[in-house]
Order: sequence, then C-alpha cells, then structure tokens
Amino acid sequence: MAKTFRRTALQAIPTVVGIVIINFLLLRLAPGDAADVLAGESGSATIETLAALRARFGLDQPVVVQLIAYLDNLAHFSLGFSPRYNLPVADIIAQRLPGTVALMLTALVIAVVVGVALGIIMASFAGRWPDRLLSVFAILFYSIPGFWVGLMLIVLFSVKLGWLPSGGSETIGAGKTGLAGLLDRLRYMILPAMSLALFYVAIYARLARAAMLEALTQDYVRTAAAKGLSPLAITLRHVLRNALLPVTTLAGMHLGGLLGGAVVVETVYSWPGLGRLAFEAVMSRDFSILLGVLLLSSLLVIIANMIVDLVQAWLDPRIEVR
Amino acid sequence: MDDGPWPHPSQGAARSAATVLQPQAAGVGDWTNVHTPDARSASAATAMIAAPRALRTFLRSPTAMAGFVILLSMVVAAILAPVLYPGDPLSMVARPLLWPGQNSAFPLGTDSLGRDIAAGLLHGARVSLLVGAAATLIGLTLGILVGSIAGYHGGWIDDVMVRLIELFQTIPSFILLIVLVSIAQPSIPTVIWAIGLITWPTIARLVRAEFRSLREKEFVLAARSLGYGHARIIFREILPNALPPIIVTSSVMVASAILMESALSFLGLGDPNVVSWGSMIGAGRELLRTAWYLTALPGLVIVLAVLSLNLIGDGLNDALNPRFSGDR
Repeated sequence: MAKTFRRTALQAIPTVVGIVIINFLLLRLAPGDAADVLAGESGSATIETLAALRARFGLDQPVVVQLIAYLDNLAHFSLGFSPRYNLPVADIIAQRLPGTVALMLTALVIAVVVGVALGIIMASFAGRWPDRLLSVFAILFYSIPGFWVGLMLIVLFSVKLGWLPSGGSETIGAGKTGLAGLLDRLRYMILPAMSLALFYVAIYARLARAAMLEALTQDYVRTAAAKGLSPLAITLRHVLRNALLPVTTLAGMHLGGLLGGAVVVETVYSWPGLGRLAFEAVMSRDFSILLGVLLLSSLLVIIANMIVDLVQAWLDPRIEVR
Repeated sequence: MDDGPWPHPSQGAARSAATVLQPQAAGVGDWTNVHTPDARSASAATAMIAAPRALRTFLRSPTAMAGFVILLSMVVAAILAPVLYPGDPLSMVARPLLWPGQNSAFPLGTDSLGRDIAAGLLHGARVSLLVGAAATLIGLTLGILVGSIAGYHGGWIDDVMVRLIELFQTIPSFILLIVLVSIAQPSIPTVIWAIGLITWPTIARLVRAEFRSLREKEFVLAARSLGYGHARIIFREILPNALPPIIVTSSVMVASAILMESALSFLGLGDPNVVSWGSMIGAGRELLRTAWYLTALPGLVIVLAVLSLNLIGDGLNDALNPRFSGDR
C-alpha cells in the first residue's frame, strides 16, 4: 500500500507543476499588480515609489525569471511572500486553512450522511409516494444557489428566531475554552455548513438511490434473501455497501467544488477561511497568496482522490489499489 | 429486406451484392440475423427513427413538462422585458423600500434606491438566460472538439488531452472562474467565455468516453473501409450516436451556468452596467434584517429557472436512456 501511495504521489507531481505554471502565466495576464493596488490605497504614490515597490517584490523582472524564482521557492517548500499582508504566504494560509477544512469536512459529512439516508429511503419506496416526494425535494435542493439559502437561513434562524449567530466563527471576547468553546464554535458552524451541504445532499441522494436500485437487482441480494437475512440487514450490509462506491468516488471529486462553494458561503457568513482569502487576494491583486491557495487546493483535491481510492479498496476488496 | 437503417453509401454495395446473388435474393429477407445487430441499432438513421418515441416519453412526463412550461414563460418574460418595462431597470422610479403589495404600480416593491424590482427581475432574466445558453454553447463546442479528438485518435493525442482535462478538473473551478473574470474585467462576454472555459472538461470527458466505445463498432469500421475522412467519421458517423448523453448533460450545464453567473454577480463580479438576479441579491444583502424581500425575490426566480432546466434534464434523461429511467 505504501508503494502504491508513492506511485500516485509521483504521478501527481507533473499535474501540480502544470497547474502552477498555468496559474502563474494566467495571473501575469491580469491588468495591474499588487504595487498598483497598494499605491492606490495609500492615495499618494509617485512613479518612483511604485518602481521601488515593484523592485522590492521582484515584479519588475521578466515573467520567465519570476516563474523560475517561484518554482525555486516551491522546491524549497516556500510559497513566497505577500506584499499586502507583509507576511510569508504560508503563514497567512495556515491561519485560514483550519477554518475552511473544518467547514468543508462538516458540510461533506452532513451531505454524505443525509444524502445516503435519503437515497436509502427513496430506493426502499421506489416508485411510491415517499420516493416521489423526496425526488422533488432533491431536485429542488439541487437548484438552490448556496449563497441564497445561506441568506435565507440567516433571515429565519438569526433575524426572526434569534437562535443562531449570523456570521463569524466564534463569540469574540467570550474566551470560552474546552467543551464550552467547542459548542460555541459548533453554533457558528451549523448555518454555513448547512448552506454548503444542501446542494451535495441532493446529488448524493439521487446517486445513492440509483446505485441502491442497481445493487438490488444483483444475484448476491437474492442469495442473501434466500438464506433468510432480514430486509434491514440486506439493505445495510449487502446493498448499501456496494451502493456507496459511486458515492465515495463523487465525494472525492466534489472537494474542489466544495472549496469553490466555500468562497460564496464564507462571504455570506464572514467566515474567516481560505475561500474568502482567495477572493480578497483576487480583488487586491495579491497573486502570491492566490497562487498559494490555488496550489494548496489542487493538492487537497489530489489527496482526496488518493483517500477515495483507499476507501473504495476497503468497501470492495476486489478493487486493487491502483 | 430493410435497407433503411443502413448508412446510405453502402446501399450501392448491398444492391450490387443482391444482383449477383439474384437466385437467392428472395430468401435473404428472412435472414435478418446476417446483419450485425449492433451496426443497425447504433446507426445514425435508427437514432432518427427513435426520436419520436423519445419525444413522446418526454411529453408524457409531468415534471419535464412543468419544467418546460416554466422555462418557456421565463424566455417569453425575457423577450417581453423591454416592452413591459421600457427604460433602464437601474433608474429610480419610486419611493425606496416599498414592500411587495404596498403600491399596486410596483407589485413586487422597490429596492433601497427606489428601483422597480419587477423590472429588475424581468431584465435580469435576459442576462441569466443569455449567459446560461451562450456559456453552455462554448463549453459544448470546446468539449466536443477536445473529447472527440482524444477519444477517436487515442494514443499520445489522447494522453495529452486527458492530462489537460485532469489539470482543469483539479483546480477548483469556481476559484478559477473568479480569477478568469477578474483578469478579463467583468462584463457579459467575459463572464460567458469564462464559464464556457471552465465547463468544457466535463463535456470532454463524456464525449471521450462515448467515442472510445463507439469507435470500435462495426458501423465505424464500415465507414472507414469506405474511405471516409476522419472529420466525416467523427462528425457524421460517431457524433450523432454520442448525442443523447451530451443533450442531457447540456441542459444541466445551462442550469449550473446560471447558478455560477448569479454567484459571480452576487460577489460583485458581474457586469456592473446591467441588472442581474445575483447582483440584486448582493445589493439586497445589506438590508437583510429589515427588507429581506429584496434578497428573497431574485433568489426565488433563480431557483425557478434552475429548477426548470433540471426538470427538463431529468425528463430528457428518462426519454433518451430508457434503461436508467426512474420507474422500474
């Protein structure tokens, strides 16, 4: 298993290098750079100070030289330096990463658990009214923009009912620690995670339903029924286990999509995360941060795919870990 | 003997064979199994014959028809917007923050700058539908080109294209979209191109998979042995047979393009000179606590538009892929 892991990791290297180069060249096409934005914000900048800023961050070098310098930095595990925050990019990202990973994983777990549960119900009642009703809900969830559902949840739960906070990631200045602090954070997590998860609940529900129906027609299900297993045991141990295969494949693929969704959801809930950081970096032309975020998120997707391979090998031992 | 399903250039060959075998020709009709069943069922001509059946299935599905009616009324509303609400929807027309129903002249109320919400929603439909359709067209064209070339040729071309597709699918697409739009400056054409550029890999993967399985079929071999060029085999022989899954996916692509456009303009990355549903939500967000209808109404319209396209996509899927239909 260690060997296959190493091989997948080696295969990922050209992809990652390709992504870095494409992103780097793409960002050089953008009009304006960090020096422009910094100068614009300070209000008074002469041509000389602009030139000095550019020289300091290496922005006056030819593109190829900048690219080689960046790749050289990466080879030394450095993501570069942000002109705007005046901090190494790795530090800034490390500050924001836990918030986003917590949000994304919570949303993914909610989506998979609720989605598969709905899928089981739909498949068990296939063609009857619970199936039809849930199908309508699934396709409705699939059609709702995440940011809008976020705003509507705020209206309901924060403004009208006053049960949950409308933004942020923890009560500022409360200084709660331990269990109380965790519960406090959970209260802030519920609404953003729900808004992010809703779309994927719909996808997994539909997928799980189709996969369950497919698995139900297999011979091993008839065998299980013939040897007298209860319907519940058949559903959970024989059908569900096989139906989970496509769900896990897709869940791994969706990690990148979740990160994109996190940009809007983090904006709605002013959640201090990576998506919001990427958006701010675009707006302030802070390309070293943006490159770092893009690289890191691509790595996240690659790692997620490797984990999916392992989970699939566990669910179905016939699948060799590639 | 039914010559119908055969690709027509081969008719000449079949006919000359029939004349040679004149004495036995009467009996040939009974031997339907001499034709490869694969070549018949998979030929483009049969796909055309099957179309009415698929259309009937589609028309009989109540949910698909509901989606179709909703979408049609949105298209009509978008076309009629300049007639019903002439003038700029971004101009002030009344007292700000009228709630829906408060003033019958403005049935859906006004926003914080006194702009008519109903006018904004109708004019926004033009933007959303245009972006959805045009971006999908670009994504489809690019995806079909890349996917068909990769799937048809195989070999190193396929390897390179697959690498390219993988690369695009590894970068989180919405973040890439934000980067593309902000690099090119937000405007309707750039938003359309950017969405098209990030959606093509999905189509390319699908088309490649279809082409890889179809290129081994007998009808392709027949076309090749007749000396057809690559372009003709790709576009006239294989592509028509690969169309059903592409059609289903493209209706969902329009839906997701509309969602992406709304999210972009919600973040303030839409065309600043036109009103769009997403930008209305973004503007209404500041008054979420006091005037939540400003956010709720455009969002409901987005949900309706996207829902209608997804319902149509489901209906198309059931109609074109009977094997995977919901009822069984």
